[in-house]
Amino acid sequence: MTTTNGAPRHAGASTATLPPTLAGTGGPGHAPADPTSSNPLHRLTPEEIERIGDAFQAIHDEVRADLGERDVTYIRNLITFQRRLAVVSRAMLTASRYPPAWLAGTLGLSVAKVLENMELGHNILHGQWDWMNDPKIHSSTWDWDNVSTAAGWKHSHNVVHHTYTNILGKDKDVGYEVMRVSARQKWYPWFLAQPGLNLFLMAFFEWGVALHDFDYEGIRRGDPEARSAARRELKALGRKAGKQMLKDYVLYPALSGRHWRKTLAANVIANVARNAWANAIIFCGHFPDQSYVFTEAEVAGETRGAWYVRQMLASVNIEGGDAFHLMSGNLSFQIEHHLFPDMPSNRLKEIAPRVKAVCEEYGLPYNSGPFLQQWLMVQRSILRYAFPGGDERPKAEPYVAPPVPEAVVPTVEGVDGPVVAFP
Amino acid sequence: MEPLIEQGAQPQLPAVGRRLMAVAKSFTTPHLPDDYLALLDPRWSLEEAVATVERRIVEAEGVVTLVLRPSFPWPGHEAGQYVRVGAEIKGIRHWRAFTVTSDPGHPEGLVSITVQRVDGGLMSGHLTDDAACGVGARVWLGQVEGEFTMPPGPVGTPLLLISAGCGVTPIWAMVRELERRGALHDVVHLHSARDPSRFVFGRPLRELAGRTPGYALHEHHSGADGRLHRQDLDRLVPDWRDRQAFLSGPGEMLDDFERHWTEHGDPALLHLERFRPSIGLGGGIGEGGTVTFGVSRVSAEAEPGVSILVAGERAGAALPSGCRMGICHSCIGRLKQGQVQDLRTGLVHGEPGQPVRTCVNGPCGDIEIEL
Ligand code: FES
Repeated sequence: MTTTNGAPRHAGASTATLPPTLAGTGGPGHAPADPTSSNPLHRLTPEEIERIGDAFQAIHDEVRADLGERDVTYIRNLITFQRRLAVVSRAMLTASRYPPAWLAGTLGLSVAKVLENMELGHNILHGQWDWMNDPKIHSSTWDWDNVSTAAGWKHSHNVVHHTYTNILGKDKDVGYEVMRVSARQKWYPWFLAQPGLNLFLMAFFEWGVALHDFDYEGIRRGDPEARSAARRELKALGRKAGKQMLKDYVLYPALSGRHWRKTLAANVIANVARNAWANAIIFCGHFPDQSYVFTEAEVAGETRGAWYVRQMLASVNIEGGDAFHLMSGNLSFQIEHHLFPDMPSNRLKEIAPRVKAVCEEYGLPYNSGPFLQQWLMVQRSILRYAFPGGDERPKAEPYVAPPVPEAVVPTVEGVDGPVVAFP
Repeated sequence: MEPLIEQGAQPQLPAVGRRLMAVAKSFTTPHLPDDYLALLDPRWSLEEAVATVERRIVEAEGVVTLVLRPSFPWPGHEAGQYVRVGAEIKGIRHWRAFTVTSDPGHPEGLVSITVQRVDGGLMSGHLTDDAACGVGARVWLGQVEGEFTMPPGPVGTPLLLISAGCGVTPIWAMVRELERRGALHDVVHLHSARDPSRFVFGRPLRELAGRTPGYALHEHHSGADGRLHRQDLDRLVPDWRDRQAFLSGPGEMLDDFERHWTEHGDPALLHLERFRPSIGLGGGIGEGGTVTFGVSRVSAEAEPGVSILVAGERAGAALPSGCRMGICHSCIGRLKQGQVQDLRTGLVHGEPGQPVRTCVNGPCGDIEIEL
């Protein structure tokens, strides 16, 4: 389960949960550095990898030591805003028979649900805010507005996905075990169904996430432990989902009296919109072309430095404005988030330039792209890899900082030509 | 799963209120009605007991009584019990335990704690600082706890009360309790303070002694005469063996007297307040050593008796903590190397990978911990 509060999860995860046999003995795998390899993880020397690890660790530690009132104010204000928005939207929807109220209410509720799941739920459940020691904003007490239970998600996401990110056969988030999103994944006939499944997941993502928490391998094997765990989890899921649906599909619609249908529709739309948005952001985090996947052999005996490099290569950022970053729960800084899963989300944007600087120094790519491009890339992969074969998509070039444009000095016309403008 | 975070006590709601909240919760799920009530006023919490500082009374230098107004009906306490108090310092919630110094059943429902500023003490520094925790400031209240209380009913035997420094707080509460019960018949109170001006609650206790023949107060001044020792007992209270004794003070003093009672008296008559709000600040049991915090990348030197937690905090690491007395498990870190020592019992323990409570354990030589 989660580690003790306040302790960054990745630190334990990166060393403690991988096979200890080779830990600390050098670079990834058994292969020595190969300067011609296109995969940066193979090209870097063990020393370089460790230096990268140190550089990233230094960024982490510096931010960790600096956390304080500024961050507390940020998260509290955001929580207050989100809750006010939810209350106002729900209130408006009681008058859902008036189209403007319906429209504003539906929109507001959708935004509130997105914020609640992305910037609040995801990040708080990660333990990003545990250091505040506030029992109301803590990974051990928080629950989110989503059918999947906080406990189940914390395991499959925080532990499994963040530790084994993009390792085939280990990270259940690579195609969520039901889709083939990389040429390196083995093809099975059931992948032919994935274009349809994809549409289903867009609309009902929260259900996909909830069902994804189960240990199907164990259940199939008939492992009694896994089966009883699954029964327990299923019960918890039933309870949670029941409460969620009662609230969204019975109680609030009932408040609108005769016009309950309109409110019901609004709530369905808000949930589906939230699902589609979360689905898009999350798929764009690891499934676009730039992302690398790894085999278990490639990462055997991984060191802390190599763990950091893998997290970088496996993650892809999405470019956008501040509002976009907020709505995506700052998962648009997927690279930074994967390097430092316990770092409060408001800090990710601030450290991005420093992460880029490390990339530039060691010739690593800094995977990113605009939202629409990334999303379309993912859709193309889902369609293409539904069928057998397919080539690996080209990866990004090593990161180079864009040249700083020369400052243009404003001038005004003078008799003898332009003079520098004042002020 | 027991949450790994310390919370305030849950205020008691009447049955109607509870039912109402259950209904409200189906509308606010997965959040609590509380979370939305907080939008109106954060003090209206139904989940965590909150209190506002109503008044501050400076008792002596560096000692302040905080008069608190709980935002809910106070569940009551017995004289001598303590309550955990939470406060936010630089955005981070900290907890410590303090004796409740107010009289039970205060007509206005007020409660007070009396805090002595400890050098390097984060929470005591905060609570005694008028600018940080002045009138109107908000604190959280935990459960009322503690076994160090007067047995109910008439007090038959003569009593001996011994207190030192800020340890006077539960003794003070007991003296007031005895006065209310009209039971100050044959009570001897031995108090040790550095000098007369540092006797917390000195004035009211001296006055009480002046007007109540059944309450004899002996003041001992450690600044001039050295620490109060068990040898002093025969001189000051020759019949100490026949008295029910209540002791509250620093650990070494308690240890000293406990040995005395076991060897020369009747240990059944001895009651000790083992609660130390400042465990791990140094002194007492413990070897000391160097602590390396693997995640914070801080290395700290811990003097004998200094806990891992305090050593880390002094070295600038931001570490999770709660009760600071080994109850809540908020402060757990995984031991990577070395062994630790329980500062309460002296027990040396720990293997690599084992979770240890940093608040009540000190290093035993050089250790590394994953925090
Ligand atoms: S802080 Fe509560 S057990 Fe250590």
